[in-house]
Amino acid sequence: MRLLNVKPNRGQSFVLAALPFMLAAGTYFIFSSLRLAENPNDKLLPALGTIIRSVRELAFQPDARTGDYILWLDTASSLQRLFIALAISTFAALVTGIIMGLLPLAGALLGPSVAVASMAPPLALLPILFIVMGLGEASKIALIVIGSLPFLVRDLALRVSELPREQFLKAQTLGASTWQIVLRVVLPQMLPRLVDALRLTIGPAWLFLIAAEAIASDSGLGYRIFLVRRYLAMDIILPYVAWITLLAYLLDALLRWIQNRAFPWFAAARAS
Amino acid sequence: MSFIHVENVWKEYGGQIVLEDISFEIEARAFLILVGPSGCGKTTFLRMLLGEDSPTRGTITLDGKPLVAEPDSDRGVVFQRYSVFPHLTALQNVMFGAEIADSPLLGRLFGAKRRVVAEQARSLLAEVGLTGTEDKYPAAMSGGMQQRLALAQALMRRPKILLLDEPFGALDPGTRADIQALMRRLWNETDLTVVMVTHDLTEAFRLGTRILALERRRNRPEEKARYGATIAKDIEIWPLRIAGAKKTFTAPAGTTRPMTEPNRDGPDPRSHKERS
Repeated sequence: MRLLNVKPNRGQSFVLAALPFMLAAGTYFIFSSLRLAENPNDKLLPALGTIIRSVRELAFQPDARTGDYILWLDTASSLQRLFIALAISTFAALVTGIIMGLLPLAGALLGPSVAVASMAPPLALLPILFIVMGLGEASKIALIVIGSLPFLVRDLALRVSELPREQFLKAQTLGASTWQIVLRVVLPQMLPRLVDALRLTIGPAWLFLIAAEAIASDSGLGYRIFLVRRYLAMDIILPYVAWITLLAYLLDALLRWIQNRAFPWFAAARAS
Repeated sequence: MSFIHVENVWKEYGGQIVLEDISFEIEARAFLILVGPSGCGKTTFLRMLLGEDSPTRGTITLDGKPLVAEPDSDRGVVFQRYSVFPHLTALQNVMFGAEIADSPLLGRLFGAKRRVVAEQARSLLAEVGLTGTEDKYPAAMSGGMQQRLALAQALMRRPKILLLDEPFGALDPGTRADIQALMRRLWNETDLTVVMVTHDLTEAFRLGTRILALERRRNRPEEKARYGATIAKDIEIWPLRIAGAKKTFTAPAGTTRPMTEPNRDGPDPRSHKERS
């Protein structure tokens, strides 16, 4: 049988999916124990016990100085920034993208300037944001918005222009005004596509969040990683990275679930 | 009085002449068929009737008034594909027109008004043979069902003319025959003038009251750009088909005349051979 015709069944799929994770973990612990056998004070690849102890301290014991539970405080402030920023981006992109994609006048007005503006590297703008908006929450949120908005706008405008023109003609022959077409034809068909775009945006959004927190902050997942970097505290950095990855993955899974549940027509319509 | 009046219409794209000097009139309740080879401009002409495009020269009037230069609810349309909204169920698709008409701000109806419209939509769905599919999304329906749905959706707004752009071209022969029968019945029972583009001659003779054949008279490469298609044949179907007559497609007394041609009403075995 040709290799391309060999398909795994459910159990095999599960084992195959687990394999890379096991392999990565196994490799880590082998090298970790090798290094620790040589030097018990080695900080680079801490043992599982050390990591668990650090996590327990951060997650379940109040900080000696402030009384905060550090992991949850960091998670809350990071997610708050992320969600506020993504909410702003999503709303702004929905409005701008639909207008740009649907109305030729708006496309002509905004298309070129959005194309140019989207090429400005957001991290290069970060100093400007810090100067203008200060070091507080606003500048961090602004960075994520600046980093995600142009992509979302351009993607949505493209998706609107990809709708078959027959739909717009049909809606007009049914008497629909521009506003009614936006509300009943374009918007409902853009929402599931927006979810797709958002899923692709989560990665960059975390990047900008952590970059902003690394530079100026007093809490947040990115802040903590960069803070403890000074002490080579790999026993904190590694679980934090895993935690951020897990959060991002769960967010992605949540969006996929929402898409399937809220837009039952979308999967079949996309396939045809 | 003529219902659609087309006078000296030319259509050019850049230097390319697509249609040249098209003139004709049709009466209300006619079932006009446009036939012709691919690229002869029949779809272009339909787009002008729809208001998606306008003539380079010449005028088209509908019911004595110049045609509005953008699509409106006087003109219903069914395309070959993408005629229904994929994000709405069958019932919602049919209700769309009525909801748009009655709710300028939201395009949606609620409560009692909604129930009235839903009831109308339900009976229209039954009319086109789609009872039981009210809650299905178009993607879960066959091609023939989607086109039936598109017809019901278009008829909800009671358009003066119904424009059909090869609506049954992608359907298998059995489904096509069924939906053609439906189309004849709808045309007969509804106050509707139909203009249909097709390249299926059997379909043309089965459904139409009049057939216009568009053709480019000059087709040599160096002439192609400067000569568009004109009306090559204008065929009135005989015996006359009168919409609204009790028995569809039988001539009223006194209008028959001796014919040597075969009865065009039934399926013509020759045309099937020609198509293959």
